[in-house]
Amino acid sequence: MEANIYKPYLMRIAAITDEAPGVRTFRLEFADAKDGEAFQFKTGQFGLYSAFGEGESTFCIASSPTRKGYIECTFRETGRVTSSLADKDVGDTIGFRGPYGNVFPLEKWKGKNLIFVAGGIALPPLRSVIWNCLDLRDCFKDITVVYGARGVNDLVYKHELEEWGKRTDMKLVTTVDPGGEKPGWSGKVGFVPHIVEQLAPPAANTVAIVCGPPIMIKLTLPVLAKLGFGKDEVYTTLENRMKCGLGKCGRCNTGRSYVCKDGPVYTLAELEKLPAEY
Amino acid sequence: MSEKSTLTEAAVGTLFDALVKSGWRVLGPKEGAERIEIAEIKTATELAKDGQSVVSAKGTVFPKVERLVKYRYEGKNVALEDVQPNAAPTVLFGVRPCEARAFHALDVVFNWDYKDTFFNTRLANTTVVAISCTQADESCFCTSVGSRPDDSAGSDILLSRLKGGGYVAEVLTDKGKALIALAKGALQPPPITPDVVPPATVAPAFDAKVLEQKLASKFDSPLWLEQSLRCLGCGACAYVCPTCVCFSIEDEADTRQGDRLRTWDSCGLRMFTLHASGHNPRDKQSQRWRQRVYHKFAYYPDRFKTLGCVGCGKCSRACPVDMNLKQHLAEAAQG
Repeated sequence: MEANIYKPYLMRIAAITDEAPGVRTFRLEFADAKDGEAFQFKTGQFGLYSAFGEGESTFCIASSPTRKGYIECTFRETGRVTSSLADKDVGDTIGFRGPYGNVFPLEKWKGKNLIFVAGGIALPPLRSVIWNCLDLRDCFKDITVVYGARGVNDLVYKHELEEWGKRTDMKLVTTVDPGGEKPGWSGKVGFVPHIVEQLAPPAANTVAIVCGPPIMIKLTLPVLAKLGFGKDEVYTTLENRMKCGLGKCGRCNTGRSYVCKDGPVYTLAELEKLPAEY
Repeated sequence: MSEKSTLTEAAVGTLFDALVKSGWRVLGPKEGAERIEIAEIKTATELAKDGQSVVSAKGTVFPKVERLVKYRYEGKNVALEDVQPNAAPTVLFGVRPCEARAFHALDVVFNWDYKDTFFNTRLANTTVVAISCTQADESCFCTSVGSRPDDSAGSDILLSRLKGGGYVAEVLTDKGKALIALAKGALQPPPITPDVVPPATVAPAFDAKVLEQKLASKFDSPLWLEQSLRCLGCGACAYVCPTCVCFSIEDEADTRQGDRLRTWDSCGLRMFTLHASGHNPRDKQSQRWRQRVYHKFAYYPDRFKTLGCVGCGKCSRACPVDMNLKQHLAEAAQG
């Protein structure tokens, strides 16, 4: 008989990091080492994380596939499942199904400049691919990360931002919305689309990867278009609501696309073929 | 393959007795106090003669609530228990051809990529004996979606009622062959000129191919708002539908153990697409109504080369505000 596709892996919480108010990262290890050895994923993919007794939630895999032996997820405490997850301690068991969905096409990006543009809680999906590219640094030319949040406290991965800021082989630009700055804030103040406009990255031989709240994406895309980015050179990753992740439950269906199967990674050219229901 | 024989009323009785004796679960449209329901039946006399069940027979292969995962808490650990679909050998007896045909629309979703063992096990254990439809109503539109009242697609055996009582049985599959063998001694050769009750007349209301073409340019049409202004968003249409496959996955647990359950759901409900952030890609009922139409009549044919609708009309009969799918689709296929 076919395997039960809804049966999750059991995962042990190996470490917990508080990223921002209400936002946490779990480092997860497979309870059964054999599962861990067989497990493979590529950057861009996601999974269904479950608090047993409460249900499943969809998040990306926020760690890079170049870092073996564990996966990480970052989530904001919002509903029933994420509240329950937020109550868990190191050593507790949660469920994970995945990896699902398509991937960021790193092969295609080789030899190109990369600019990552992220807002708020949307850095986690890009963090996976950013680390993946940094771990394969020689394969790419200039790497730039523009990351903005409402306020300084809301920036996630603060330690890693510090690390990225110090690196000489990449450029990090952080920004907070006007009013979100604190004394001693050394980053920019302003909305992400404006910061990208100021930065004016050259579009030649460059791929832009954009992920953030709908309004940020909506306002950043015209900026990139003005800078000369082609629609096949702009990528994003969608976060439609899902239940199965397997192309069956119907929730993420947008046009002919199942975000869980054909996505979550889309180029702008692909996105424009879908009805705006994401 | 297709073999015909005559199944007299007595032979149907023999078949039922044999089925019950060999432990088969027999489900079929049963005349209840207020409505026809798909329920367990023990004798052929319990079968509703004409008319349609309110809720479809899809629960036979895709139950309303089904356990997918079972778990126990053991301190900080969790133990998963193996879950098998509880799929007793089942005969779905006496359903209308539209119901039999609907299983294909479920099958394409449950198997286009990952294989759903729960659905597949149930489907493999289900034999479908449909009866040609002799009575249609104003909600029926099978002839608009590539079918007809005596369509044999999806059936293992198709019965056609003889005017003088009994049926002509057309055996279409190996499953059907195995089933009819249970009534072997009681079978008779088919009549040379079978005098069957003529199938119901269902006038085509639109052409599904034309509709699909029209939908390609009607996404932003005001039609969807106009048609859905009275929609309550209750989801009754999806609940009774034989092809609606959208589901939810929910946990139900106490302090020691729990189940992860699959439950029917509907794209017509507001919560269906609501993001955790509060953003809802289909925030308005008109967008959800449009999704229902497009999913079944544009996305299905595009993606799965089949329609997500069999024209049974159950949704129209169940709608508390009398939205009529046949009329709405005919309207969309015009202009």
